[in-house]
Amino acid sequence: MTPSFDPWVDGETLGEHLTSRGVSRRDFLKFCGEMAVVLGLGSMATARVARALEVLKRPSVIWLQLQECTGCVESVLRSADPTIGDLILDIVSLDYNHTLMAAAGEAVERAKQSAMAANKGKYLLVVTGSIPTKEGGIYTTIGGRTARTVIEEAAEGAAAILAVGACAHWGSIQAARPNPTGAVGVRDIIKNRAIVNVAGCPPIGDVVTATVVHYLTFNRLPDVDQEGRPLFAYGVRIHDQCSRRAHFDAGQFVESFDDEGARKGWCLYPVGCKGPETFSPCPIFQWNSRTSWPIGAGHPCIGCTEPNFWDTMTPFYGRLPNVGGYPIEKRVDTVGAALAIGAAAGITAHAIGTVLTQISRRKASHQVNTGNETEHDDG
Amino acid sequence: MAKTRVVVDPITRIEGHLRIEAQSENGKITKAWASSTQFRGIEIIMQGRDPRDAWAFTQRICGVCTAVHAVASCRAVEDALNIKIPANANTIRNLVTGMQFIQDHVIHFYHLHALDWVDVVSALSADPATAAKIAQSISPWPNNGEPELRAVQNRLKKFVGSGQLGIFTNGYWGHPAYKLPPEVNLIAVSHYLQALDWQRDVIRLHTVFGGKNPHPNFLVGGMASAINLDEAATINAVRLAELTGMIARARAFVEQVYWPDLLTIAGYYKEWGAIGSGVPNYLACGEFPEADVRDVDKLYFPRGIILDKDLTKVHEYDQAKVREYIHSSWYEYQKGDEAGLHPYEGETFPRYTGPKTPWTYLQDETKYTWMKAPRYEGRAMQVGPLARMLVAYASGHRDVRDIVGEALGKLKVGPEVLFSTLGRTAARGMETVLITRKMEQWLGELITRIGNGDTATFTKEKWEPSTWPAKSEGYGYLDAPRGALGHWVQIEGGSISRYQCVVPSTWNCSPRDAQGQAGPYEASLADNHPLLDPQRPLEILRTIHSFDPCMACGVHVLDAEGREVVEVKVQ
Repeated sequence: MTPSFDPWVDGETLGEHLTSRGVSRRDFLKFCGEMAVVLGLGSMATARVARALEVLKRPSVIWLQLQECTGCVESVLRSADPTIGDLILDIVSLDYNHTLMAAAGEAVERAKQSAMAANKGKYLLVVTGSIPTKEGGIYTTIGGRTARTVIEEAAEGAAAILAVGACAHWGSIQAARPNPTGAVGVRDIIKNRAIVNVAGCPPIGDVVTATVVHYLTFNRLPDVDQEGRPLFAYGVRIHDQCSRRAHFDAGQFVESFDDEGARKGWCLYPVGCKGPETFSPCPIFQWNSRTSWPIGAGHPCIGCTEPNFWDTMTPFYGRLPNVGGYPIEKRVDTVGAALAIGAAAGITAHAIGTVLTQISRRKASHQVNTGNETEHDDG
Repeated sequence: MAKTRVVVDPITRIEGHLRIEAQSENGKITKAWASSTQFRGIEIIMQGRDPRDAWAFTQRICGVCTAVHAVASCRAVEDALNIKIPANANTIRNLVTGMQFIQDHVIHFYHLHALDWVDVVSALSADPATAAKIAQSISPWPNNGEPELRAVQNRLKKFVGSGQLGIFTNGYWGHPAYKLPPEVNLIAVSHYLQALDWQRDVIRLHTVFGGKNPHPNFLVGGMASAINLDEAATINAVRLAELTGMIARARAFVEQVYWPDLLTIAGYYKEWGAIGSGVPNYLACGEFPEADVRDVDKLYFPRGIILDKDLTKVHEYDQAKVREYIHSSWYEYQKGDEAGLHPYEGETFPRYTGPKTPWTYLQDETKYTWMKAPRYEGRAMQVGPLARMLVAYASGHRDVRDIVGEALGKLKVGPEVLFSTLGRTAARGMETVLITRKMEQWLGELITRIGNGDTATFTKEKWEPSTWPAKSEGYGYLDAPRGALGHWVQIEGGSISRYQCVVPSTWNCSPRDAQGQAGPYEASLADNHPLLDPQRPLEILRTIHSFDPCMACGVHVLDAEGREVVEVKVQ
């Protein structure tokens, strides 16, 4: 089936929407009856609830939390515009989320099923966490079912999927060598839905909410790079926008933490900064109501918006390019030699800059694949 | 009433994935099983890594208590390599950990726990004027006026009137176990929303020192945030002024909103002071070192053990006496399933032996969880705020005696109610009040030292692996928001050869051991515990949430050949 990209802001009410989706009046009233009881209004209020629901406007969001640490949900709690309160009370209908739901167990699973049925093809699926695949996926279960079963079911009726955080993007820490549970990202499991990867460990909360708001405001998903990351946030290489870039260009470096360079806010490249290899909005949006960001607080970037960073960017205090992500021959022959020569000659800045530019991944702009195209690619 | 089997999966409003099964009879729970349903294998992943990177890996164990694993990991590596961090770094870590406690406990109370006690739908019928009078009678907080409360009620009415209940869908509204008057429910809902805004502000202390939250940055040997009063890009007077403001706002909210709300709500639920006592032993590893983390006699919250609820004696805590068991857990030990291993000898060979999914019941299985069972000299132990408050109280800690006395006095109850579901929830508030007061002192110490010209934040001597011994091992402790946390690291040839964490939720969510001794969640649920309606298990949520579960932490380690063995087991 072709995924629908039309959220509910297009003016269609739930009543119209359900009719167009072939949901029977009888099923709808049954659902309204349940809602009326839940609300403490009694079954007599079914008609009243039905009237309210038929003019329903807030789009439904189903949020799955799979194999993860909840850091991404916490990050969204830090979002300032819109706040989490605005988001869940006024902007969307957050119909399933483990961290915030009042009920538990069977009651929330029922709520999820009702919301997915009522909004089939329309809801936005947000996923945090990876999906373990070894041993039949037994390493994460919810309601006695594997994470894989849960996401496959929820993806079926989703209009689009936001894979929030490094775990949902590519598996993240669970997928770091030797990946004991066979953890993978959403894109490795779901092939027939549009997926946007809001990258990072965790992503900046405002970037997550902005992606949701983009979808609702402009009626489409944002354009993304080759990693599926929204360009509005991940089109920027940290090194190119870094507040300490002038020190790099001037050859002013932190050689050791708390040295003179550190106390002057100089460039962190020699103590392991991965900013030259990382596409992330950190230097522009910054963190927690623009209070600061990792490099701003004196610590090198660890490259957490890039896939496989636990293996390719480590050791974290290793100087680029002498870290895991680079082919050994490139390290020794090309880049390492260029660095050594540059350093010896005392003209580090320009030489390093040139080399790093050459080895950097290029950002690519393209639309999110539609389900049919991806299916075709796989087919 | 006949015996009923109950399954609650997923338990919501916690970190991670938890399944509770129980049997109930005549409105009481007779037996309970706690099952952690996620395994990630992070310690396996850490083998062969640079120990200076370990804090970042272990930090990802949990994004809720996002600072504590990182600090415990730095302490473990510093212990192994005999690194003494500068006084400023210790103070900054206290400030970061302290703010973690404050933010985490307030979020827990309002956003994870409150809906167990607060009926949101009932708030719709409150009279905002009466609610304002009640709120103003218990607190000077300026945002408790009738207009504010009316606005919240209107927002809630609009929300409910839309028919889209979102996170409140299928809640247990109207359950007879809800006891608060509509006006108190409205006050709590108002503060639920205010706390969401408040936490976003105060946690920025992490961003000043660590660049971001969640998952702020740390550094083995100290902290990366350099101090220079004459530089814009470092910790300077602008940053110190920001911190002063955040700490003041943290204290105001805790003293004027959280603490009075907690005492007010507790007043309606005093019977929960006799429910859910459970395991009678309490362990605190101690926290907030005055100067050096190795100086365990100079911790703000003391270290110690209480056995059999006996507050007349505090026993010494020795990490060497911790063992982990897997009798009921989906793992194998080379020495067999009944062996108990100290973390320095710890093994993690995951071996799932449960039923095929979808599950019906796990309670008939011998093994039913990914959580191991830590025991201290063979005993199950409770950890967390209550353990800390009891150990401090029994040690004669003046601040703790005062705050416990204040709470018991206001509620007009005796100290025996501390051993309960209500006690665990109240203790969390007590320590939050004490920590908010300490924050000003720690910031003052930092400012004084900077004023005296001491701006050091990092110890360089043992940074390079060439300065390390061929083999070393270290223990890093941190008494985290959810309780005693331990990291054990072994380093060989410059990289990690073994890493093990025993975390608060491993203690509290531990399953039965070979002796049949239940873990704290399980024991509490079966201790004078009501369950009126198994279809609406509100009471189970109350007791489980009183522990503030953090399930992602429940995963374990490797032995010296970890990777090979794991590959054999995980096919």
